Amino acid sequence: MSFPWAKHYEPKHPLMKWVDDRLPLPRFVYNAVGAGYPVPRNLNYFWNFGVLAGASLMIQIVTGIVLAMHYSTDANTAFLSVEGIMRDVNAGWFLRYAHANGASMFLAVVYIHIGRGLYYGSYKPPREMVWLLGVVIFLLIMATAFMGYVLPWGQMSFWGAQVITGFFSALPLVGESIRVWLLGGYAPDAAALNRFFSLHYLMPFVIAGVIILHIWALHIPGSNNPTGVEVKDEQDTVPFHPYYTAKDGFGLGVFLLIFAGFIFFQPNLLGHPDNYIPANPLSTPAHIVPEWYFLPFYAILKSFTIDFIMPAKLWGVLAMFGSILLLFFLPWLDTSPVRSANYRPVYRWFLVALLVDVLVLGYVGGAEPRAGVILLGQLASAYYFLHFLVILPIVSAMERPRPLPNSITEAVLHKEGGTSPAQTAMHGGALAPAE
Amino acid sequence: MLSFLGVRPIAFAAGLAFALMALIGGFSTIGAMVSEPEKPTAEHEFHLAPREADFSFNGVTGTFDERQMQRGFQVFKEVCSACHSLKLVAFRDLQGIGYSEAEVKAIASQWAIETPAPNPETGELATRKNLPSDRFPAPFANEIAARAANNNAVPPDLSLMAKARHHGPEYIYSLLTGYRNQVGFKNKDGQELLREFPEAKTPAGLHFNPYFPTLNLAMTPPLTSNGQVQYTDGTAPTVDNMARDVAAFLTWTAEPKLQVRHQAGWAAAIFLLIFCGLAWGAYQNVWRGVKH
Repeated sequence: MSFPWAKHYEPKHPLMKWVDDRLPLPRFVYNAVGAGYPVPRNLNYFWNFGVLAGASLMIQIVTGIVLAMHYSTDANTAFLSVEGIMRDVNAGWFLRYAHANGASMFLAVVYIHIGRGLYYGSYKPPREMVWLLGVVIFLLIMATAFMGYVLPWGQMSFWGAQVITGFFSALPLVGESIRVWLLGGYAPDAAALNRFFSLHYLMPFVIAGVIILHIWALHIPGSNNPTGVEVKDEQDTVPFHPYYTAKDGFGLGVFLLIFAGFIFFQPNLLGHPDNYIPANPLSTPAHIVPEWYFLPFYAILKSFTIDFIMPAKLWGVLAMFGSILLLFFLPWLDTSPVRSANYRPVYRWFLVALLVDVLVLGYVGGAEPRAGVILLGQLASAYYFLHFLVILPIVSAMERPRPLPNSITEAVLHKEGGTSPAQTAMHGGALAPAE
Repeated sequence: MLSFLGVRPIAFAAGLAFALMALIGGFSTIGAMVSEPEKPTAEHEFHLAPREADFSFNGVTGTFDERQMQRGFQVFKEVCSACHSLKLVAFRDLQGIGYSEAEVKAIASQWAIETPAPNPETGELATRKNLPSDRFPAPFANEIAARAANNNAVPPDLSLMAKARHHGPEYIYSLLTGYRNQVGFKNKDGQELLREFPEAKTPAGLHFNPYFPTLNLAMTPPLTSNGQVQYTDGTAPTVDNMARDVAAFLTWTAEPKLQVRHQAGWAAAIFLLIFCGLAWGAYQNVWRGVKH
């Protein structure tokens, strides 16, 4: 649907022709992820992560559906049923470890996918909608992951649910009522566990739906690429199949190899030992920490320690949600016409600084809250907001980008030939907006 | 000026508020740190990380040592099971550590505690001999009974203990061998606990153990003398060996599928390596002659 030279679906077998005339589903797939979708020829391995995220979702759905057949949604038996899966269900240990580590793999892949979008400016016109839908998917994944972590009903499940739903009680006046309504009680218990399971089962299918919109929106302008220069003609692209299906096949193999390493050899590395203790509302763990993928946001939450106009907790909750909602505004906060940070000599270093900042936040989120650590978290939180709201707009306005190649093909041929694209490039400031 | 930079004023204001708030917090924290340095605690200064221990199940090719498992089971049976339950494990599971069906049947029926079950004739609450399909019966009928018998502390279930603590097997081994005399106990910096923290003196009814997070626990030292358990396979029943063996046994109770998992892992890795090789070949083949 994107470029005039895209190949057209021509069913050869009479049966396929019959189907296509009545329900053009094969044509739809052909145009979406088959030879009918022209893709820039210069994509690097970072472009594998979209497909890997999709594969992760599929793995989670398949393992999750089988786990649900053996899981008991009852506060008294949930923990025991999970241990029953580990001990008495055929290959139950594999299903559960695949599902638990699959969540981590999914989030890891999604973070790299988001990082790819940040670095190569994939959120810029005309792909804003792709980005916005991506942030929606990210939020849905986080909610699903959180609710899934509650289901084994261990100590971290219970106390994690207690802390996260406690966010809502920070809202003035209605907060506590909302929290009780969400939990179906004053503390996480049978009612909460049941609704979390119900929603945890529903959400992946909602995510799958938004992913279809995400890909649909992507296929209007077509994929971005490492130069950030728009596709100009046919030689800039290759058909998705077989070129990128082959490359994604290899990427998927490497992904599964790493995934298998966790499942079979370090299945509990990313979990917390306390979750092997059954939930006990009367005994608070010494140190409540969320899963690793929430740690940076948890650090932002914990950074607000003094009441200033509003209670510190409310500041923390607003900042934590704000840190993600901020991403919705990114396409309009970054005003530079150049997409790829490869051609943005100043901005790319600020992106590196942001990466370091998020890693620091991750460390702070998991560390014991000593004064030095809290201070580090506060400075890192402040920098996170400064990056998006102050540094990014200023750098976008002031920075002098490096010259862009005239086309993707030119960039590719020069890279192969060993000369710099700058020699024949035009100035970045004159870059035409996307066609 | 802000709109010149392309910034939405509301978003800018909100974000700047968060940044400023965090900075205010940061500076007030600096102020607090300068005026009031952090107080060290006894737990922080004197708690010990678990000792290193080399177990047969460690590493990517790790397997359970059946003889060690059986020795560990013996320690559990003769020492731990007096107070601790093992409720996720069934007698039949013992076949996984090398006991025959007949041996399991004998172990189950001779187990000191019987399984609660209604009397089949009268329906009155009673107990009966354990069957291989029964899970290990708990030594106390309920939490109240456990507290009453143990100075108000509940001995935790041991089924998952090796996974429910950081470095579980090493932790169990260290804890069981880690009871010390608190008087004169020094950390590696040479500080003496009771001199630095006189208030950290172990209260009556608790026992000092630097491997325990709070340094004091209710469990009386369970392994006190060499030969407390009579091993039959020739291994010296030292306290160190008994602690090591029961730690290994509890790793099996927590993760009985470890060995199967490792074997399946190697099969999966070989399969995936071949898959990666083929996929790489296909990728190179498809892209041959296309510069990218």
